[in-house]
Amino acid sequence: MNAHLDAVVNGPVFADVPAPAFRPGPAGTHITIRGLTKYFAGWPLYENFDLDIPKHRIVSVFGPNGCGKSTLINMIAGLTPINAGQILFDGKTLKDTKVGYVFQNYREALFPWMRTIDNIAYPLLLEGRSKAEVDRRMAELVASFDVKFDLKRYPYELSGGQQQTASIMRALAPRPEVLFLDEPFSALDFEMTLFIREKLQEVFMQTGTTMLLVSHDLEEAVYLADEVLLLTKRPTRVAEILRYDEARPRTVQTLSDPGFVATRQRSLEIFQREVRR
Amino acid sequence: MSDASATPLPAAAPWVPPAPGAASAPPRPPVWLKALPFIGPIVLFVVWDAAVRFGLIKPILLPPPLDTLGALVRGLWGGTLLRDFAVTVWRTLEAFAIAAAIGVPLGVLLGSSERAYRSVEFLIDFFRSTPSSALIPLFLMIFGTSDVNKVAIAAFGALLIVVFNSAYGVMNARKQRVMAARVMGASRWRIFKDVLVWESLPSTFVGLRSAVSMALVIVIVAEMFIGSDVGLGHRIIDSQQVMNVREMYAAILAAGALGYALNILFLLFERRIVHWSGR
Repeated sequence: MNAHLDAVVNGPVFADVPAPAFRPGPAGTHITIRGLTKYFAGWPLYENFDLDIPKHRIVSVFGPNGCGKSTLINMIAGLTPINAGQILFDGKTLKDTKVGYVFQNYREALFPWMRTIDNIAYPLLLEGRSKAEVDRRMAELVASFDVKFDLKRYPYELSGGQQQTASIMRALAPRPEVLFLDEPFSALDFEMTLFIREKLQEVFMQTGTTMLLVSHDLEEAVYLADEVLLLTKRPTRVAEILRYDEARPRTVQTLSDPGFVATRQRSLEIFQREVRR
Repeated sequence: MSDASATPLPAAAPWVPPAPGAASAPPRPPVWLKALPFIGPIVLFVVWDAAVRFGLIKPILLPPPLDTLGALVRGLWGGTLLRDFAVTVWRTLEAFAIAAAIGVPLGVLLGSSERAYRSVEFLIDFFRSTPSSALIPLFLMIFGTSDVNKVAIAAFGALLIVVFNSAYGVMNARKQRVMAARVMGASRWRIFKDVLVWESLPSTFVGLRSAVSMALVIVIVAEMFIGSDVGLGHRIIDSQQVMNVREMYAAILAAGALGYALNILFLLFERRIVHWSGR
């Protein structure tokens, strides 16, 4: 049997390419993404993708269909494996970073076999917190979310908006460094969307948690954002990053504010340019 | 609200003020709707009675229904039927308990490793499709005509159903719930015990319910054909041999009632424990 010997003798030769030196992001960067590569069905979805996500900011991700908005935050959150590249949170890996994640489909995000309150406390239990600590944190969350419904009920006994509120409370319970929100409003009615949007803004003003929001509604994306991250069609690159510095709390009046209108208009133009490209 | 719009409006009649007292009561379905489930049994009873009464079927093959029910009640009320009934219940529950105690953990473990399941899938599917009664001679060779034999073969038949359903329950777990647990930092073990096991429960209960029915079927068949001196199956075949049809039909009805009651019992458990199922 010489076949396997040949394979070794005539084995492929790799040039010793040194890894590119790590380039840190500008001051105030929270998440650095370097050389991120992701293949999807054999085609590159992301190739050598670099991005800096600032700390204590809300970044809205917006882009054409199929450009991988959700895939991007799923890769950062460690839910989707990446083919190559590096993602660091303040220089740490995901393993040493506490993150929260809010899914679009709240029905399949909460655990229906647990009461809502136990769902919210679950990440604290995973951390091995004592009963007293859990109770204290739960009381804080209930107060800050101004919860009007009965948390002793099971999730399926609550309305969609209440379930999504509970999902957000669960994601925030362990005080995550980063909160990922994957189209958190798109399964909700208008009233609940407004309510949860305000709650998110309040939480952000209290805690300054870095948030990454995927949205298919441009108005919503700009309304909450400090930065709007606009993506191209695949293979996906950053089309543009728009800053939106309007002071918080933003209100209904903000929606007709010239600064808001201009940012939304600009985002729309870039979006349309990328879709047509 | 929606209640008001859901009330059908009378077609042409002019509006009249609602009668006092009835005003706020929600519309109630008519009482006779509740009687619907009884119609089938009553019709069967009447047809049966008529068939015997008019001599369409000889009484030696089919006794009148009242006599049969009488034999059933007398037999279960301290008669010899009660002993056979109790023995069959006990054997069925033994077989079921063995199947559940081995099948659920095994199924959940196999399901949580898709590769492990794929490697035994053929065996499970093959023996699940083999009528367990076909294996009775084989079990006779292993266990002889003992009581253990009847329980063992029933447990074997029920076991495969439990394994199959538990494994598929885990494999079809909602991926997003697993992802939710993972992003919260749950270890593999925590995901298994806090998410996968629970996600498999609705399917596991379907398996357990089918398994108890299967256990009953096989226990009765085994009681008929593996030497036995007690049990419903034994009683059915014995009464048939001596053409004591009244006893035979009473025993058949008792077996039917047992199967029905077990099914209802498991449905109640299921609703209790898997309260989120289908919501």
